[in-house]
Amino acid sequence: MKGARFFGYLLLWAYALVALVPLVVMVLDSLRPNTDVLAHPLGLPKALDFSSYVTAWTQASFSTYVRNSVFVTVGAVALDVLVSLPAAYVLGRQRFRGSGLLIAYFLAGLMLPVRLGILPIFYLLGSIGLVDSRLGLVLVYAASGVPFSIFILSAFFRGLPDELEEAARIDGAGEFRIFARVMTPLVKPAIATVVVFRFVPLWNDFFFPLVLLRTTDRYTLPVGLTQFFGEFQTNWSALFAGLVIATVPLVVLFLAATKQIVEGLTAGMGR
Amino acid sequence: MVQAVNKRRGRVWFLLPAFLLYTVFMVYPLLSALADSFWRWEGTARRGFAGADNFTSLFTTFPLNRQLGPAFWHTIAFFAGTMIVQNTFGLLVAVLLVELPAARRFLRTVYTVPYLIGGLVVGYLWSLLLSPTFGPLNAGLHAAGLGGLARPWLGDPATALPVVILVNAWQYLGFPVLLFGAALAGLPPEYGEAARVDGASARQRFFRVTLPLLLPAIGVVTILTFIGSMNTFELVYSLEGAQGNQPTGPGGATDVLGLIFYRVAFQEGGSNAIGVSSALAVLLFVFTFGIAVVANRIVRRREA
Repeated sequence: MKGARFFGYLLLWAYALVALVPLVVMVLDSLRPNTDVLAHPLGLPKALDFSSYVTAWTQASFSTYVRNSVFVTVGAVALDVLVSLPAAYVLGRQRFRGSGLLIAYFLAGLMLPVRLGILPIFYLLGSIGLVDSRLGLVLVYAASGVPFSIFILSAFFRGLPDELEEAARIDGAGEFRIFARVMTPLVKPAIATVVVFRFVPLWNDFFFPLVLLRTTDRYTLPVGLTQFFGEFQTNWSALFAGLVIATVPLVVLFLAATKQIVEGLTAGMGR
Repeated sequence: MVQAVNKRRGRVWFLLPAFLLYTVFMVYPLLSALADSFWRWEGTARRGFAGADNFTSLFTTFPLNRQLGPAFWHTIAFFAGTMIVQNTFGLLVAVLLVELPAARRFLRTVYTVPYLIGGLVVGYLWSLLLSPTFGPLNAGLHAAGLGGLARPWLGDPATALPVVILVNAWQYLGFPVLLFGAALAGLPPEYGEAARVDGASARQRFFRVTLPLLLPAIGVVTILTFIGSMNTFELVYSLEGAQGNQPTGPGGATDVLGLIFYRVAFQEGGSNAIGVSSALAVLLFVFTFGIAVVANRIVRRREA
């Protein structure tokens, strides 16, 4: 039995190494001068050299890419939550003619691969002047998040006791006030789950900006990274630094919000 | 009565923004792609009803007819390979994490990070690590006296696809570990206790008690992995390039359906790109959705 425990821990830590070592190499090599990285692939940094970050940040305009990514991701998640909250409130707490159908209509989106609509999206955005625009990307991203947001938020709204709503109504609060001031604060944990869980795939998305953006100044990180890998092919130290820059926000987010991410990943498991 | 009417009028404003956003930017484009697949196109101009022509030309026009079959099997291999790793090793890790509590949180975090950083970054990272010239992996093999094993992992058609699948499994393993972990935590402990009292060994308890109870979770992981495999794009793009046959690349050995769709729509589709790529999109959707729905039924029936 003791032996089994030992081998169990051995396996868990061995796999932790497999998961972690590539990321550690990425960070270490970004801190070494490029000549050193290329001459000694297995070497360790002799001193911490941040010049590759300076190169990526200024010469390769990572500052712009990060700004664009933040704008697009934050904008899309904010718009998504803003429109999904009231809809989820009504769908989660009120029954009316067609409500079942409407719920099914929204939740069907959980299964729809939005990428397959890329050409119509391209021409749709073109017709309203939003191709090669960060705002166009925000609209598409926000729309693609609505099904998941309504799925999570309506389940939470459904679980709130009716008495709260009744009490507020007796106190003379209007429908919007009940929604905004009484009920919404109670679903904050669900909002956190939606925000964190939508943030990750949008931050990482490559397909839509690859197709929809043309101007380098508007690139988000993933497209910027692709351009960067073409231009700086031989500067491995800078390439690693670029990868670190793209990764750090997600790791920070994860450490700050492990609970929400685990909840988002396992949402629907309890059905 | 007055209140009921007020409530109804208000309700529309609660629902309308989400309904419009979702309908205009998600539902309409997908329905539009469905409609486009039945028309013949020249650039962006519609040139008459095509019936099923776009669908048949997927399988009859060069080079697509040569690429689609292999890409389909690569995608299936992608799914199967990832599944095997997830449902064996991933399950084992999840069970071990439940049984062995020391440093559980830390380990779970470490396992999840590769999943978070996204296919594109993972692909670029591994393209550097596996590079034949300056890559640490081959350097490590040489240093360990195993230089004979060193090869251009991503450029050799024999190793390219298995390596891409392994990188994918490396990235995604944290996901089944989390899912299985949540499912294991939700199992009533009485079952295992009862089996223990009856004298069942650890192995018997796992295969006779825990595993059957985990089948719904395994089903969910399988369905989500299937959908993910059908959409695989970033990872292959960043590991091998859009063409998959760059000077150092493996000449189409890693083409997957998601990559073919991108190439047909934006690079190789010719004047009828809209028609042909929409037809491909419809086929991909019907196949993915059809299998996912059937699989979902099976999982739920077992559950009941």
